[in-house]
Amino acid sequence: MEKVIKVQDLTIGYGTLTVLDKVNFHVEKSEIFGILGGSGCGKSTLLKHLTGLYLPFEGDVQIFGQSIINCEDDERRTLMRKFGVTYQGGALFGSMTVAENIALPLQEFTDKSAEEIKQIIKEKLAMVDLEGCGPMMPSELSGGMRKRAGLARAMALNPSLLFFDEPSAGLDPITSAELDRLIKRLRDDLGTTIVIVTHELDSVFSVTDRVIMLDKNIKGIAADGSAQNLRDRSENSWVREFLSRAGMKFTN
Amino acid sequence: MSDLEKTSTRTGLGKSIEEFGDVSRSFYTDLRVVLMFIGDITRISGHLIRHPQKMRWNDVFYYMNLCGSQALPIVAMICLLMGLIMGFQGAVLLRTYGAELYIVDLVGFTILKEMGPLMVAMISTGRAGSAFAAEIGTMKINEEISALATMGIEPSRMLVIPKLLAMIVVIPLLTVFGAVCGILGGFLVGSGLMGIPAAAYYNRTVQVLTLSAFNIGIIKSLVFAVIISLVGCFRGFQASADAQGVGRATTSSVVVSIFLIVVADALMAVLCYVLGY
Repeated sequence: MEKVIKVQDLTIGYGTLTVLDKVNFHVEKSEIFGILGGSGCGKSTLLKHLTGLYLPFEGDVQIFGQSIINCEDDERRTLMRKFGVTYQGGALFGSMTVAENIALPLQEFTDKSAEEIKQIIKEKLAMVDLEGCGPMMPSELSGGMRKRAGLARAMALNPSLLFFDEPSAGLDPITSAELDRLIKRLRDDLGTTIVIVTHELDSVFSVTDRVIMLDKNIKGIAADGSAQNLRDRSENSWVREFLSRAGMKFTN
Repeated sequence: MSDLEKTSTRTGLGKSIEEFGDVSRSFYTDLRVVLMFIGDITRISGHLIRHPQKMRWNDVFYYMNLCGSQALPIVAMICLLMGLIMGFQGAVLLRTYGAELYIVDLVGFTILKEMGPLMVAMISTGRAGSAFAAEIGTMKINEEISALATMGIEPSRMLVIPKLLAMIVVIPLLTVFGAVCGILGGFLVGSGLMGIPAAAYYNRTVQVLTLSAFNIGIIKSLVFAVIISLVGCFRGFQASADAQGVGRATTSSVVVSIFLIVVADALMAVLCYVLGY
């Protein structure tokens, strides 16, 4: 199986504080891969290193076989255009309409005409069930709509790799389930490789094929495998207990 | 001296050296970041001069309107009042010597070379510089800067260059406008209060105001435009990702801009003196 992301001996942190020490893992093509862990274990920090926003203390991250760490700034930017990232709050540009947000990467990196861009915007909005929302400003959208609009923008250049930072955070269970279905559909229909950083266990069980669990006590990966397998058969009791809490916040 | 006193002296000295080291290191880090930012802007500007189609012209026009057209009333008001105040102050002194007509020279030269560029710069620091810092700081909180970067777009190209270009265009224009208003203020005092005939005031103004005084005012305003835009944007990028961080960045952008404007003005005054302008 082709490895889309390869992380080798990655050590990351802030200032003098090490958050994760010599972490190794990979993500395969068309896989929905989850990065899990409790608060403060370094999930979002790891995502920022995977996407090339931060540089690590040590180690390497290869995306599509090319290092995003050991390269020139121009090469990094070119590599960044090959994947999409959606952020917790959508990170839409507040001074632009939804359509302008989606159009931005197309205007910047393609030679498409205004008419073609219009057509792509329409397709992307339909894909995330936001038809007719193009002229709206981000401030007029709900939290879930903003995330979907952010996803439409991330998909503008048809990347084969997508990163999601806490896609379900702050959403009600129904909207969250809709977003989960959308993520699955992207993989099933387009073969997109998806990396999700989350601590929402319901989403983890419903969408991911494989997960890694980060543990801040060992500053590394406590477990690697499918969420169901780890919950039922992991040798690590903390991992079993963590994953067994899916749905409990509603039943309690 | 007892052993205890010796130890405490050594600790005090050691502590001072340590603090000096910390301050030096922090200064070095800050200086490095500032130089990297300026280097980035210079490189991107060079690229955009070669590829003007990559410039976000709509953003440039938006900021020209925000920082230029919308500032016209306040610039007119402040500069007119500055001219009036200088006229009044000058009138008291010049009347003593019977040299009322020299009020034209006093107001004209001071407004054109010094007060016009300075007042417009102060107004723009409060309006535009703080807005730049707040805008970029808020974008940082909302992860919009991260989103731009992971799209492969340099945030400085999208967020700094249009503001910088807009300011370089509108601040000199505002300065000329402000100078006209200031001279008009002086005229109101000279003509209305001191009884200088309007034609005489106008003729004296045209006679004494030189092209070099005008040029100096314009050059100053260009330098101030660069300072205000770069400091505002830089402080925005440096804002910590919380609401208080944006507030601090905004305040800091205004304070640092005003300080740098005054320093630059003083340096240019010395330079003009040395060069004989």
